Amino acid sequence: MTGLYLVLAILILATAFGLWYRANNGRMRTTDMHTAGADEHGGETLDAQTIGVALGTRATLVQFSSAFCQPCRATRQILGEVSGMVEGVAHVDIDAEANLELVRALDIRRTPTVLVLDSAGRIRKRASGLPRKADVIAALGDLD
Amino acid sequence: MTISTGANAGLTSATESGPCTRVSIDPRGPRFGGAITTVVLAIALITMGTAFGTAVIAWQTIVFALGAFIGLRAQPYGWLFRTFIQPRLPAPAELEDSAPPRFAQLVGFGFLAMALVAALLGGTLVSTIAVAFALVAAFLNAAFNFCLGCEVFILGKRLTRSN
Repeated sequence: MTGLYLVLAILILATAFGLWYRANNGRMRTTDMHTAGADEHGGETLDAQTIGVALGTRATLVQFSSAFCQPCRATRQILGEVSGMVEGVAHVDIDAEANLELVRALDIRRTPTVLVLDSAGRIRKRASGLPRKADVIAALGDLD
Repeated sequence: MTISTGANAGLTSATESGPCTRVSIDPRGPRFGGAITTVVLAIALITMGTAFGTAVIAWQTIVFALGAFIGLRAQPYGWLFRTFIQPRLPAPAELEDSAPPRFAQLVGFGFLAMALVAALLGGTLVSTIAVAFALVAAFLNAAFNFCLGCEVFILGKRLTRSN
């Protein structure tokens, strides 16, 4: 009987976690990293050299992907669509495994992780997991 | 404008150097497999400590090994999906890369191999914990489309490799 109760307990706890996971996965959060490079917006700054592409004149969507990540492809598609639709928004997809130094510096733990940079390269928003397109567009609106 | 800085190159090298070949699959297949795996692992936990329970663990270890080292097509639950379920479903909206579910099969194999060795040596507690972890992952995958590779791959690289 112990095994049966154990299974039930595991499934209940896993369901609770799954509901939390689904509710929070991909949610855009305003960054509030109290780090050395922080300014009045509270975020760190990335430059073109670090991310390998020129910053967008309005915003830059920085995506971190990995080889064993299912939603990375859908994320790439959504961010590509947004950057194609909104003037001055650049999108860069960075392989997390090949850029571990940057991944450690930004404390990226999961893929996909999306950073929204403003025109000055400040990290203003962050989402881990597949973001909703509407949330990405809303995040861009919040930058102004 | 989308620019990939080595992300795709990284994908290719990761799959070509490993045991994985890059294939596109119906994303509903791994979720169906996750549902069957959930039931099998639940039975393994309920019957833990009996010869039948050890046989169930051995079976699931083989299933994970086939999925991880040969391919999802060689995996019995994948075969069930393709033979009996897929023909009755509409075509999938889009196909997915097989590398993430194969990675999950590999992690599952690790836990089940540990559980099998422990069960054969009489270590019921260790075996129970290992099967419980695999059950959580399989259930989350089937019920919530949880992506194990997303959660553990980069963390693992961060812990095991220097810059």
